[in-house]
Amino acid sequence: MESQELPYVLVDCIGGRLGVYEDHLGFLKKRFHLITMKEYLENKTLLSKKIRAIYVWYHKPAINEELLQSLPNLKVVASAGVGIDHLDLKLLSSYGVKVSNTPFVVSTDTADMGMALMLASSRRLVEGHEMAVSPDTEYFPVDWLGVEVSGATLGIVGMGKIGYKVAERAKAFEMKILYHNRNQRKKEEESAVGAIYCKKIDDLLQQSDFVLLAATLTPQTHKMIGKRELELMKPTATLINISRGLIVDQDALVEALQNKVIKAAALDVTYPEPLPRDHPLLKLKNVIITPHIGSATKKTRWVMMEEMAESIEAGLAGLPIPREVLP
Amino acid sequence: MFRSKASSLSTVIPLMFGQSNLACKFFHPVIASHGLCCHRSVIYKQRYRMHQLSAGRRTINTGTKVMAEGELPSVLILDIGGTHGVLEDLAALLKKHFHLITMKEFLGNKEEMRKKIQSIFVFECRPTIDRELLESLPNLKVIANSGVGVDHLDLKMISSFGVKVTNTPHAVADPTADIGMALMLASARRLVEGCHIALSPDTKYFAVDWLGVEVTRATLGIIGMGSIGYKVAQRARAFNMRILYHNRNRRRKEDEEAVGAHYCAKMEDLLQQSDFVMLVVNLTPETHKLIGKKELGLMKPTATLINISRGAVIDQDALVEALQNKVIRAAALDVTYPEPLPRDHPLLNLSNVIITPHIGTATVQAIRMMAEEAIANMLAALNDQPIPSEVFPK
Repeated sequence: MESQELPYVLVDCIGGRLGVYEDHLGFLKKRFHLITMKEYLENKTLLSKKIRAIYVWYHKPAINEELLQSLPNLKVVASAGVGIDHLDLKLLSSYGVKVSNTPFVVSTDTADMGMALMLASSRRLVEGHEMAVSPDTEYFPVDWLGVEVSGATLGIVGMGKIGYKVAERAKAFEMKILYHNRNQRKKEEESAVGAIYCKKIDDLLQQSDFVLLAATLTPQTHKMIGKRELELMKPTATLINISRGLIVDQDALVEALQNKVIKAAALDVTYPEPLPRDHPLLKLKNVIITPHIGSATKKTRWVMMEEMAESIEAGLAGLPIPREVLP
Repeated sequence: MFRSKASSLSTVIPLMFGQSNLACKFFHPVIASHGLCCHRSVIYKQRYRMHQLSAGRRTINTGTKVMAEGELPSVLILDIGGTHGVLEDLAALLKKHFHLITMKEFLGNKEEMRKKIQSIFVFECRPTIDRELLESLPNLKVIANSGVGVDHLDLKMISSFGVKVTNTPHAVADPTADIGMALMLASARRLVEGCHIALSPDTKYFAVDWLGVEVTRATLGIIGMGSIGYKVAQRARAFNMRILYHNRNRRRKEDEEAVGAHYCAKMEDLLQQSDFVMLVVNLTPETHKLIGKKELGLMKPTATLINISRGAVIDQDALVEALQNKVIRAAALDVTYPEPLPRDHPLLNLSNVIITPHIGTATVQAIRMMAEEAIANMLAALNDQPIPSEVFPK
């Protein structure tokens, strides 16, 4: 594009621990003129009319009404990952801005993370590692046991792309699979993974050894797992969350774990992230927390970036946007 | 999977759906014909019993048949409870069929006890079986090991005393395959490191450039495709992994196809192509230090080594060097030599190493199942019946 300028795309920052990856820049800069938030704020008058898209890399930059008002030519917001609960879709739509996400590429890594957390929790892997490397360890005690994943019952709450991939993996461990979803899946899909539909979430909660949350965060799923749901779970059950922290009533979870209402929890997501450093969840022995790394692999992040670039280009060209999210 | 209340020895039932037939056929625990050590073509039967603590797991039927009228046969164990003794629950299981004699009781009353002991139950490698012990037990018929590895037992020496050795290959397979998968996933996704970050008092935000490597669609090279290795392959297949394997003998075509595994006659080919190399072999003189500097050098610099076999299968010094010099990406070890490692060992301080304290079979269900399998072995041996899982010296 020699005669025309490359389209101006707003990003939060480049490099460092939170910014757009340095090794993604080559690809992006061939297609876009990237403007960081800092550059934009220093030169609003010139840049505000030029910016036509925002590249939201891990929930940044935050998009509020003020920002939308000052970007009259904004057409597309491309968001990394599948969750879009950090975006006000109605608001964006009211400004005529289209939104895209990257739902497919994250599904296998996130499903893998769900399996990793389930296995690590059940076999007490983090605790075990600590023991194996601790300067105080003199011998390995023989009465130190975990519980089996193979043959146990897994209840998947939210059987979308990610939930289904979890089911595919769990099947190979000969797990009995129950699922609860807004809609029942097709019979062939159910048979392929041996999943049994639980119209009432209560049935799933009462029978599962592992309850895995893979639902989208919406007003309906907000605090979906609260005191009542935790009490319906077996006292030997483990809660695994790879969706969003807000799907769980965290205070109720703390209480349930402290009172051994459930056995353990393994969370890739919390609210907020990170948790305050004095939060009780950080101190419980039966909790594993990972820093929201469900899609944190090099390959996946590269594909996400490519997909976001593609969505922006399509949107700016007035073409149908791949992976558009409608309000 | 189906469940039923087990009550008596009844009809023989087939293997669980989906399992490989290579290692297992059908058998009735008391009227079995035994298999050979090398091919593990052991015939066995599995029964399903509701277990109130577990998710409803398989158990090996020990039969309700008691030996004979009168005294129960005596079994020597290290201890009940304590740091290395047999777990209380397991002792209770054993007591249904045997009179237990602890090492302490034996040593305190050798003359009376020595002739009674017909069997030894070896739990977590204890008690140690040496020549002196064997010489002092004239009526010893069988040493039943809890677990599948018998590298801690001198099979030739024990055999020279006319004593049989048994292990528990069936009870260990699922939980050990699970730990292999757990270690592979935890290492690839940097789970332990991530957990430390999530919990650290110094963490102020989660870095976005903190990445692991993919497991789905990666290449897994399994070295040692016995029962455990095969179960690993079954699990890995569901992650769309490309599966290579190296084994003393090639598996049947149907077994390979069922898990999509490709045979590598040369281990070098497997090492060069794999993103994850998992060791699932027996420890024998042939596999001792199987993975050394040369083998590590053949692996990809982005590859991860996972060991769920025995520590001595790896040249540990070579491994330390390879990890420090980034010859390979990472290691995840359920086993080391020795266990535990000395507290100043370099492996303990490398950030790209996960070590677990040999917990391949450390589950409530597996521990019980191993005891039941050992009990079945002992009962068969003492009854002069063919033994389900006998191990022979080479």
